[in-house]
Amino acid sequence: MTKADATPVLELTGIGKEFGAIRALHDVDMQVWPGEVVGLMGDNGAGKSTLVKIIAGNFRPTHGEMRFAGNAVHFNRPVDARAVGIEVVYQDLALADNLSAAANVFLGRELKRRFGPIALLDHKAMAARALELFGELRSETRPDDLVRQMSGGQRQAVAIARTRLSNARLVMMDEPTAAISVRQVEQVLGLIHRLKEQGVAVMLISHRMPDVFAVCDRVVVMRRGEKRADKPIHQTSPEEVTALITGAKEAA
Amino acid sequence: MAMPMESPISFTNVGKIRWWQRGIFASQTGYVLLALAVLLVIMHFASPYFFSQGNMQNVAKNFSFIAIATLGVTFVIITGGIDLSVGSMMCFSAMITSMVMTELSAPGSPLVHMAADGKTVLANVPGLILLISILAGLGVALIAGLFNGFCIAVLGLSPFVTTLGMLSIVRGLGYVVSNGRGSFPGGPDADYFYALTSGDVLGVPAPFIYLVILALTMAVILHHTSFGRHVFALGGNEKAAELTGIPVVRVKIEVYVICALAAGLQGIIISGWLGSAPANMATSYELNVIAAAVIGGANLAGGIGGPLGAIVGCVLLEVIRNGLVLAQVSSYWQQALVGVIIILAVLVDRVRSRMT
Repeated sequence: MTKADATPVLELTGIGKEFGAIRALHDVDMQVWPGEVVGLMGDNGAGKSTLVKIIAGNFRPTHGEMRFAGNAVHFNRPVDARAVGIEVVYQDLALADNLSAAANVFLGRELKRRFGPIALLDHKAMAARALELFGELRSETRPDDLVRQMSGGQRQAVAIARTRLSNARLVMMDEPTAAISVRQVEQVLGLIHRLKEQGVAVMLISHRMPDVFAVCDRVVVMRRGEKRADKPIHQTSPEEVTALITGAKEAA
Repeated sequence: MAMPMESPISFTNVGKIRWWQRGIFASQTGYVLLALAVLLVIMHFASPYFFSQGNMQNVAKNFSFIAIATLGVTFVIITGGIDLSVGSMMCFSAMITSMVMTELSAPGSPLVHMAADGKTVLANVPGLILLISILAGLGVALIAGLFNGFCIAVLGLSPFVTTLGMLSIVRGLGYVVSNGRGSFPGGPDADYFYALTSGDVLGVPAPFIYLVILALTMAVILHHTSFGRHVFALGGNEKAAELTGIPVVRVKIEVYVICALAAGLQGIIISGWLGSAPANMATSYELNVIAAAVIGGANLAGGIGGPLGAIVGCVLLEVIRNGLVLAQVSSYWQQALVGVIIILAVLVDRVRSRMT
C-alpha cells in the first residue's frame, strides 16, 4: 500500500447531491490513494452511480468539495474530468463495434501526421501504441481486428487500454465483470492488477462480491445515499458487506 | 510508465482472421462488385454494342449523374442517418444556379451595373457569372444542409422526418421561385457551363471525372482523417462517440451539409446535361440514390459504407438499365428489377454474415 504518498489522488469531503426533492447523496467523505483498488458497493439506488457520475464530471455536486491530487476541482463536463486524469470504463464499454481495436483505443484523440494544411491519421503509430498497451495489459488482442469479432475480455482490454493513453491517475470501472464469462473475469481482474502495479488508483463498482474481495484493498459500502462503511478488505467479510448493503447492519 | 514485458504477446488463444474474411472480401461491396463483373461479362456476350465506346461513355455519364449525390448520402448513411431531400435539393440548386446566371447576364436586370460597352460589368470577366451562379446554387444547398443538420443534431428530430420535410420544403421553394416554369442557363457564360457539366475530356465525360476526384477525396477523408473516423464511430455507437469526447453535434451537422452540397452539385451538373432546370427535375431521385448506396453496401443501421460501394451501386443500376434497353426489354421493367436487386443485395449479405 502506498499511503506513504502524502496526498490522496481523490478526496471527497461532504459531497451531497439532490435532484429536486430527492436526496441521492448525503455527506459522503472518501479518499482514494495512488495504487489502491477501492471497491464501491451498494444496492441499486444506493447512490453509487450518482457518486461515480459526480467524480466523472457528468453531474455537479450540490454540496461538498472534491479535490484531485490535492487541488480543488470543479467539472462541468466529462472531458474536464478526463483532462485532469480521471478515466471511466463504462459498463457497456462505449466501444464502436465497426471499428478496429486500435481505432477504438484512440477514439476522440487520434494520432495524426500533418502534411501542410491537412492532418492525416497515423495508423501505424496508433497500431503500435495500441499493441504496446495490450501487451502491458497482457491481453491477446490484435490492434487491427474489429471489435465486433472480439470476446468480452478483449473488449474490456480495449476499453481499459483507452484509459492508459493519457496518464490517468484514477480509473473508475463500472461493473466491468457483469456480463462476461468466468475466464474473462479472471482476465479483467488481471487487468486491474496491472493498473495497480503501475500506481494507478482504481475504483471498482461491482455487484459481484468475489471480484471485489479478489482485487480490492478497501471496500466502501453505500446505502440510501450515505457511506455506511469504509474498511480495508482484510478487516471485513463478504457476510458483513452483504449485511451492510441490505441494511441488516447499519454501519461499520 | 511502461511495464517491462515478461514476454511479448503470444496470441496462442486468438486466431488470425484470414485475408478473405476481412476487408472488402467480407463486405457486401465485394459481393456486389463480383456480381457486377459477372453482369458485365454476360452483357458482353448478350450484346455486341455494350462495350462499344459510345455505349461505355453513355453508361459512365449516366451513372455519374446520380453517383455524386450517392457519395454524399453515403456519409449520412454511415452515421446512421438518412437524407430524403437529395432529389429536391438537386432541382433547387440547379434552378437557383441557372436563374442567377440568367439574371446576372440580363442587361435589363436591376441587380447588375452596366458597363460602357453595353454588357453587364460581371459579363466582362469571363467565367465570373458562372462562378457566382454555381456558388449561389451550392449556397442554397449549404443552407438547407445546415438546417437539416441543426434540426437533427441540435434539436434531436428524427433524420427521416426532418429530411422528409426538407424534401417538400425545397421542392416547394423550387416551384415558388420559378413559378413552376423551370429555368434555363443563359447569358455569355452558358457555353462554359455546358462545357463544364456535359462536355468531355479526351472522350471521358466531365461528370465522370468529377466523380472520380470526389470519390478519391471521400476515401481519404473517411479512412485517413479523424473526421472520417468520427463519422464511422457515430454510426457504430453514438453513445460511445459522445462519451469519448467526439463532437457529435458538429460531425452530424457536417455530414448533412456534405450531403446537401453533393446533391446540389449533382443537380447543377444534371441541369447542364438537360440544358434546363425544370421544376420537376430529379423527382424521386432520392430513392435511386439511397438504393444505389444500399446496394453498394452502405448499412442503413449505420457504421458501414464507402465511396467504392456507392459507385458500384450506381454502376450496377445503370448497367442493368442500359442492358434492358439493349436487350429491348420494356424500360418499365427497370424499376421492378431495381427493387429485386436491393433486396437481393441485402439478403446475400445477411446470409453471408450468418455463415461466419
